[in-house]
Amino acid sequence: MLQISDWPILSTITFLPLIGALFILMIRGDEETVARNARSVALWVTLVTFVLSLLIWINFDTSTADFQFVEEASWLSSGIRYKMGVDGISMLFVILTTFLMPICILASWEAIKVRVREYMIAFLVIETLMVGVFCALDMIVFYLFFEGGLIPMFLIIGIWGGARRIYATFKFFLYTLLGSVLMLLAMLAMYLQAGTMDIPTLLHYDFPAHMQTWLWLAFFASFAVKVPMWPVHTWLPDAHVEAPTAGSVILAGVLLKMGGYGFLRFSLPMFPDATVYFTPLVFSLSVIAVIYTSLVALMQEDMKKLIAYSSVAHMAFVTIGMFAMNPQGVEGSIFQMLSHGLVSGALFLCVGVVYDRLHTREIARYGGLVNNMPRYAVVFLFFTMAAVGLPGTSGFVGEILVMVGAFHANTWTAVLMATGVILSAAYMLWLYRRVIFGELTKPDLKDMLDLSKRELLIFTPIVLVVLWMGVYPQSFLRIMHASVDNLITEHQASLEASGAVSPEAAAPAEQPAESAE
Amino acid sequence: MNQSIPSLLPALPEIILAAGAMLLLMLGAYRKAHSAALICGLSVALLLALMVLTIAQGGEITATFGGMFISDPFAVFMKVLILVGAAASLVMSRGYLKLTQTDHFEFPVLLLLSVLGMMIMVSANNLISLYVGLEMQSLALYVLAAFNRDSLRSTEAGLKYFVLGALSSGLLLYGASLIYGFTGTTAFDGIAAALTVASETSIGVIFGIVFILAGLCFKLAAVPFHMWTPDVYEGAPTPVTAFFSVAPKAAAFGLLIRVMMEPFAVVIGEWQQIIVFISIASMILGAFGAIAQTNIKRLMAYSAIGHVGYALMGVASGTVEGIQSVIIYMAIYVVMNIGAFVVIVAMRRKEGVVEDIADLAGLGRTRPGLALAMGIMMFSLAGIPPVAGFAAKLYVFLAAVDAGLITLAIIGVLTSVVGAYYYLHVVKVMYFDEPAAELEGPLGSGMSVVLVLSSIFILLFFVWPGPLVAGAESAAAALF
Repeated sequence: MLQISDWPILSTITFLPLIGALFILMIRGDEETVARNARSVALWVTLVTFVLSLLIWINFDTSTADFQFVEEASWLSSGIRYKMGVDGISMLFVILTTFLMPICILASWEAIKVRVREYMIAFLVIETLMVGVFCALDMIVFYLFFEGGLIPMFLIIGIWGGARRIYATFKFFLYTLLGSVLMLLAMLAMYLQAGTMDIPTLLHYDFPAHMQTWLWLAFFASFAVKVPMWPVHTWLPDAHVEAPTAGSVILAGVLLKMGGYGFLRFSLPMFPDATVYFTPLVFSLSVIAVIYTSLVALMQEDMKKLIAYSSVAHMAFVTIGMFAMNPQGVEGSIFQMLSHGLVSGALFLCVGVVYDRLHTREIARYGGLVNNMPRYAVVFLFFTMAAVGLPGTSGFVGEILVMVGAFHANTWTAVLMATGVILSAAYMLWLYRRVIFGELTKPDLKDMLDLSKRELLIFTPIVLVVLWMGVYPQSFLRIMHASVDNLITEHQASLEASGAVSPEAAAPAEQPAESAE
Repeated sequence: MNQSIPSLLPALPEIILAAGAMLLLMLGAYRKAHSAALICGLSVALLLALMVLTIAQGGEITATFGGMFISDPFAVFMKVLILVGAAASLVMSRGYLKLTQTDHFEFPVLLLLSVLGMMIMVSANNLISLYVGLEMQSLALYVLAAFNRDSLRSTEAGLKYFVLGALSSGLLLYGASLIYGFTGTTAFDGIAAALTVASETSIGVIFGIVFILAGLCFKLAAVPFHMWTPDVYEGAPTPVTAFFSVAPKAAAFGLLIRVMMEPFAVVIGEWQQIIVFISIASMILGAFGAIAQTNIKRLMAYSAIGHVGYALMGVASGTVEGIQSVIIYMAIYVVMNIGAFVVIVAMRRKEGVVEDIADLAGLGRTRPGLALAMGIMMFSLAGIPPVAGFAAKLYVFLAAVDAGLITLAIIGVLTSVVGAYYYLHVVKVMYFDEPAAELEGPLGSGMSVVLVLSSIFILLFFVWPGPLVAGAESAAAALF
């Protein structure tokens, strides 16, 4: 076996794309050469990064909930160190990121024609920042990566986006920044309280209850925007519609997951009392999101906007699952995030395919594509089914686990959530019906070519992984087991610890009354 | 006889600078024509040599001239910042002065004299030497602001700065006289001792502190004494604006910190709320005032006002961590402002100098290197990680939260989001808009070096933050 322990693999994976970006910056020559070389360098760098990231998976020890592959170096001060590591919760997100990146580069191969060099640099930089978010074990390191991701995404939407790109990218940037700065203050307060920014230490630190409430709210401001939860989701449809295809894939596939990951890494384990206190709030917002955004999605005329709203609904499933705080719910929510990352990413790629050919995303402009694009119709159908949650696809596993978890926690939430599943079938199938089936009457549609080899190459790996996750989810779930169990046991333990103190001290009189009932 | 001559060693850099400035003035006067380039080059060399000398001198705390002048790690740190800012501004000035036909040898000499004033300011240990240093830098700065004497805007800027500056000096002097009257001394340690002994602070001392603060806040361009800033920044020749935005700021902060931490540290309860108010007002006005600006120099003026507000958060906390955070803030601020101003100075077309933000349109395509550097500076000024501007904000917020000034910190982060909008607007113009007519002329080797160095510093600060943080720590510790 490779002696992986003495080799900083996480830093390698994190910063390799950045080195690739520097390399692209050095390419000299006329515009055509630069573009060609930039594309291939970006593709190779992302592929190598992906292969390296598989080493983490191979060497990952599923029996422990501890952080693995930990690297540490002194940095700003004794309490703020450069520290990287992964556990069962974060590891698969790293793989998801590195897996989606080569696909994004391939998807932009022909779609991006201007400023290719800058485009590829932006994508490689954002890969570094995204992987860094999931590996960081120090809050300041985490914040650097988390916030830094805004810069390349701002440029990607603003330079290569659609007609209203400036509005969309400013909205995206400022919305997310506003949430994050409050989280920064919370981190500083935690640092001053606990004396360290070290995440593993803070996971076991008991913050006083009154402080937890404020800290939880500050983190919530950041992650709720990122997830995004209703009613702070409005940046997402705008950003998705205006972003170039690969930008949408990154947004839906990884950036939204940072919010969910943040809840799991910070809010749930560090502020258990506040989490319990605010769970009804999260459930309510999520249930509203599921129903409301599904209804909104039904009425969309723009394909990307429809999928964007469906993302909000699907991510609301995720938040319900994790705040259910039982093994099925939390594992389901992680699984659902991974699945949604692949499926919604693929759906955006599907939209990109026809957008590249017709340069419109208006649903009414399409129809009858099954006649001249049969391969496309199959791929699109597959991902539509995965989004709806057809058994055998990854979407089913995530949804059923979250449902079971939610049912344990709160029956009404689960019932209302189930309507979202029905609605999702409605809007996705209706979208499919309007784009793919029907008569092929519009003349410009008749000239459209079916999927090219490059496009098939993009979709094949996603199809295979989605099937794998649907048919044999165990290979993914077993990675999370230990960490998720640990998360929940510790959560229960700290609740009991604080619960054991408060009834005696605060309300001894109520105790007999309740037991008499 | 001998013991009456004070030790000159602590003030050696200042003495060399004064002598050097006089020599260069003579050189210019006798050589007359075409001496500007030579004198400018020599001035930069002099400033860099002084920087080395100052750093070599650092470390120990020594006072001289009867305790009026002090040299300690804090003064050394601030002096290095001032010298860096001055040298970079001089490098920037060459091409600009030639273009506007104001290429006179007096420019570098005046700049050197104002630097001398600033160095005395940060080393002042007495209300008298404080005032001498302050006036010395101000007089040179008034002339520099009006240096383009054929331009209406420049002379107006100089006059406006002079009238308001004289008023603020008067306020400061009045405050100093009150302090002297109520404590019986002008020496900082004497004042501190008098205030410690007194059972309660007399109202006269508080009035004195308020007047001194008003005078210093004028020099800092902190709200509500900021009115002159946008006009002077816009009217002054661009390299002078660049100089205004870095060196006098560092000097004024050095002075403010020393005055607040040495003589008045014991009465922090009296002045903390004033600083908090000024900080909040500056952050809010800086953020909202900049939004509507179309002139890049006015934008930088409001940006400077906002940044003073953030740095004042560290002063308001009044702790050693707070002072350390201000020092880190000023160091990073100086570098990012230098970088941004290199690009602004380089904004010229065939018809002459241009200053509108819209003139940067499409810079990302026409001059990618310049645009990249400006983009880095803008994200840094906005305080977005992972560039250095975030470290600056991180430390002041940390200090403010530590001192229990949570409301101040919350207002700070919220205004930083508003501020991000206008910095992003510059990025948007450079990268998203269709190119305007291309900017003329190469950058020149001197300016390129300055731009590359400042960009590298800003971009890679987080890779190796140790030296600056440690330097700021020992500088701050010298005051406690």
